Amino acid sequence: MAALATLILLLPLVGAIVAMSVPRRAPERSVGALTTGVVGASFALAVAAFVVLLHHQHREVSVHLFTWISVGSLHVPASLLVDPLSITMALFVTGISALIHLYSIGYMHGERDFRKFFVYLNLFVFSMLVLVLSGTLVMTFVGWEGVGACSYWLVSYYFDRDSAASAGKKAFLYNRVGDVGLLLAMFLLFSRLHTLSYLGVFSRAGQLSPTVATLVVLALLLAATGKSAQIPLFNWLPDAMEGPTPVSALIHAATMVTAGVYLLVRMSPVLALSSSGRLTIAIIGGATAFVAATIATAQRDIKKVLAFSTVSQIGYMVLAVGVGAYSAAIFLMVAHAFYKALLFLGAGSVIHSLHGEQDLGRMGGLARFLPLTFPTFLVAWLAIAGIPPFAGFFAKGDVLTNAYLHDKALWALGVVTAVLTAYYMSRLFVLCFRGDERFREVTHGADPHESPWVMTLPLVVLAVLAALGGIIDLPWAHGRSLATFLHPVLGYVAPVAGATTATQWALAAVDVAAAVVGLAAAYSVWSSRSSDPRYEWPFLARVWHWDDAYDTVLGRPLTRVAGVSEAVVEPRVIDGAVAAVAGAARRSALGLRKAQSGFVRHYALATALGLCVIVVYLVARVS
Amino acid sequence: MHSSWYLAALLVVPLLGALGALGAARTRDGAYRVAVGASVVELALALVVAFLYDPHVPGAHTLDFATRHVLAAPFGLAYDVGLDGISLLLVVLTSLVLCLALLGARERRREPAFVAWMLVLTACTMGSFLAQDGLEFFVFFELTLVPSYFIVAEWGGAERARAALKFFVYTFTGSAALLVGLIYLAVAHQNQVGGALTFAFSALAATTLSHGTAVWLFAAFAVAFAVKSPIWPLHTWSPLAYAEAPTGGSIELSALLAKLGSYGLLRLAVGLLPLALVDVRPVLLTLAVIGVIYGSFVACATPDLKRLVAYSSLAQMGFVTLGVMSGSAIATEGALLLMFNHGVITAGFFLLIGFIERRRASYRISDLSGLQGPAPVLAALFTVVMMASIGLPGLSGFVSEYLILIGTFATHAWWAAFATLGVLASAAYLLWAFQRVFHGRAQGPNENLEDARPAERWVMVPVVVLVVALGVFPQPVLNRIAPSVHQLVAHEIAAVHP
Repeated sequence: MAALATLILLLPLVGAIVAMSVPRRAPERSVGALTTGVVGASFALAVAAFVVLLHHQHREVSVHLFTWISVGSLHVPASLLVDPLSITMALFVTGISALIHLYSIGYMHGERDFRKFFVYLNLFVFSMLVLVLSGTLVMTFVGWEGVGACSYWLVSYYFDRDSAASAGKKAFLYNRVGDVGLLLAMFLLFSRLHTLSYLGVFSRAGQLSPTVATLVVLALLLAATGKSAQIPLFNWLPDAMEGPTPVSALIHAATMVTAGVYLLVRMSPVLALSSSGRLTIAIIGGATAFVAATIATAQRDIKKVLAFSTVSQIGYMVLAVGVGAYSAAIFLMVAHAFYKALLFLGAGSVIHSLHGEQDLGRMGGLARFLPLTFPTFLVAWLAIAGIPPFAGFFAKGDVLTNAYLHDKALWALGVVTAVLTAYYMSRLFVLCFRGDERFREVTHGADPHESPWVMTLPLVVLAVLAALGGIIDLPWAHGRSLATFLHPVLGYVAPVAGATTATQWALAAVDVAAAVVGLAAAYSVWSSRSSDPRYEWPFLARVWHWDDAYDTVLGRPLTRVAGVSEAVVEPRVIDGAVAAVAGAARRSALGLRKAQSGFVRHYALATALGLCVIVVYLVARVS
Repeated sequence: MHSSWYLAALLVVPLLGALGALGAARTRDGAYRVAVGASVVELALALVVAFLYDPHVPGAHTLDFATRHVLAAPFGLAYDVGLDGISLLLVVLTSLVLCLALLGARERRREPAFVAWMLVLTACTMGSFLAQDGLEFFVFFELTLVPSYFIVAEWGGAERARAALKFFVYTFTGSAALLVGLIYLAVAHQNQVGGALTFAFSALAATTLSHGTAVWLFAAFAVAFAVKSPIWPLHTWSPLAYAEAPTGGSIELSALLAKLGSYGLLRLAVGLLPLALVDVRPVLLTLAVIGVIYGSFVACATPDLKRLVAYSSLAQMGFVTLGVMSGSAIATEGALLLMFNHGVITAGFFLLIGFIERRRASYRISDLSGLQGPAPVLAALFTVVMMASIGLPGLSGFVSEYLILIGTFATHAWWAAFATLGVLASAAYLLWAFQRVFHGRAQGPNENLEDARPAERWVMVPVVVLVVALGVFPQPVLNRIAPSVHQLVAHEIAAVHP
């Protein structure tokens, strides 16, 4: 197991290093094959590790790699923890990454920095694996920051575009705010428990006072809101769509942005100690799901709709964590990875066929021209909308059932969000694939073409997964489901009375009804028009003025503070005070004026000469 | 115990190199070659010493290579050198920085004099880090002023005269307080135990002082070291000096001489006067945190790259001061590591800025744009150094910053919590500057900027290697410095909580 886990982790790193060292003019094909191959191999090994773990008596395997930092009482080994949770994450991360690597070979064909793109992509997979496989919080932080850096490089990949450069910086800085949360959580835990390994923290978590436990949970939540784009730090994600579309699919939909949810689930034994902390998490998740869904209804850029949809879906996951339904959160995370990656890759295929056009107003009627993109996108649409029997129905249903049992208000919010979800996705689907052909201007009258096989194959595989993904955790398949697999490593939250079968059926019926309502509403509005300000409220299109508010409250005042510090405080106040002291000293020392030639070099020489005299004296004495 | 001749050689080689360089001034490139040769020998010697260092010599308190010769008994002047874990990294840094500055920032105008001053500066700095005697330390510490003054004043930019004057006056004033404090302490020691006047650290540390006296002496020491470090608000000489100095001088001033301040604070102030810590600790911790935050703010608004690095150094040295004053062994080790890492990272920054200045004759941010297009390698090198400075895990800056913050949090949680905001701020000013300089479309003369030449790439190799190696495998280094740090911190704790 140790060798397997190490190899899973190291293969993408090796791929990145090799790809970095091949000559710049190396053929695209070999760079693509190498980097895709290592991630595919990593996935195969993850499958093997999964099988081995299934037959292990003890399903928590620690792997010590080397001593990274050890000072006094602080021991931070580079170590891995292979358990049901981390292997589940590793499986879907490597699997989806391999597909998206393959897709990128086609999508990035002919780009100037083709090789660099794949180096970053491999580095990203390595960092993500460090994050999920790590055995200590510190190593998780290594991966956590690593994926943030890769995200920065990939978002600002088209660096000569100012918007891309700014978006990359914004993503990094918003994430850093979250990182401060994770750092503080670690500092608190270490100062109380003197360990930062997961197993150590879990076994000693009982020593935390309720206040400290709540503080730790809130700090972790801050970390999660940064990485997973939740209120109040969610607005970097839509900007991050400046990156190439495969990056949006991999990093900003399927994997990296779910890291915050993973962290919270991983730390669930600590979450278990603070009910107020969990309630805060649930409220943040529910609110984000709702707010982002409303915004998604009014976006015109196909990728922006999907970005807000991602924020909203992760909101559901965070809500699930808050109500203690950790396995539901992971279930939705996996299912979401399938259909959201598919949606982004499908959108990428559309954008590719329209020479980079992203405006929904200039699409329409594409179903006819994209024979593989269209049906796969259809599956993804139905999956995210929550139509049975696709994966989204079961996963979202699991979250909502748990929310219902915990708090009816949060459940109601979740159902409203489900209506909105079905609405904005159907709007996108209709505007893109149905209705009039509004793209002729973009393509200069030509017909759009379907993408090459390297791009459509991943679409097909993901469509199958999005359609059938629900089977990993069917509500009636107890004993062999994801929930039972994960259960031993999750924090214990006192169960609310389980749902009766009748309740479950009733809740499922509500979910389906919500999906149908949203779908029908979107069809009736959007199948006959491509734009209508009555249904695209500017307040929503402007993201509830969230960015404007940050700019007014934080951005501009802080820039002013910086400007004033540099232009006034530094030269006038601080330097001025020193000059005043020096001036007073000079006036009081007028008597010494004659010795002062005014040339510092003379003092400097005097210092040197004086020391020379001393040295000569000493040499004379010694000899 | 290893022979003290190793340390004597470390002091003599650069001086011989300086003489040799002046002697070879007639031949073309002669002075430069001699200087580079001397600096390489010095670096090799420093690495050998660091490798040989044995922290467990019986009865030597983690000191190795130690020797003491009294030179002038009435004045208490002695040649007293030794190496322990606290000096170890700084000795390596001193020789490394010299190599980088000579190889990466060649100064062709009046070259023999320039390289000679650089070598003399190295010898003086080396002496300060090796001295185990207060007076000897002071002499070396003070002597560093002479070469650095001439380097700024002779080879600097347009405002070099003002910069050199300000630098000299600031530092000289600070040192005066240090000298008075040292003499007071030594005399107090002599009055207590009798015998000859001595400035040996080991003797001075045993002086019994009243609480009030300890605080006053600490303040006198701290002023000198706060100027050098620099610690807010005594930093205003540094942006001007760093910006006006020639690239080699900027590297020496920021990467190396600044460390004399934090080293002195740890070795002399904290080491000799732990009694004062109860009172001065909150003050210095607060100044450190202000430095971190204030430095970051000014760095955001500053118009040129050299000043940006100067204010970033103010913030980084704030972290060092935090660790030095924390009373935590973890944070103190982090501070020592950060002194080294910051030295390497800053040297990297100034080298790269020097490369840009060589091409564009400017390091103003507004003159530069879109450099990543024409110069991808330069941009990549800058990215590595920048990410190390931001504290990206896996690179060196993270390990040191993390140790400082987690250690300080355990002893002084609030200061550490505020300083953690600096982690966010450093990303803000560096990424913003990077965006303005390297991202976007290259305009005007930036369009055809030449990418890094082979020689420029080679000189950056050690920087990149150290940044990665100390990020991934810091433990061998931490192991070597740990015994001395633990001894010092134990001494400190014993004095504060008797």
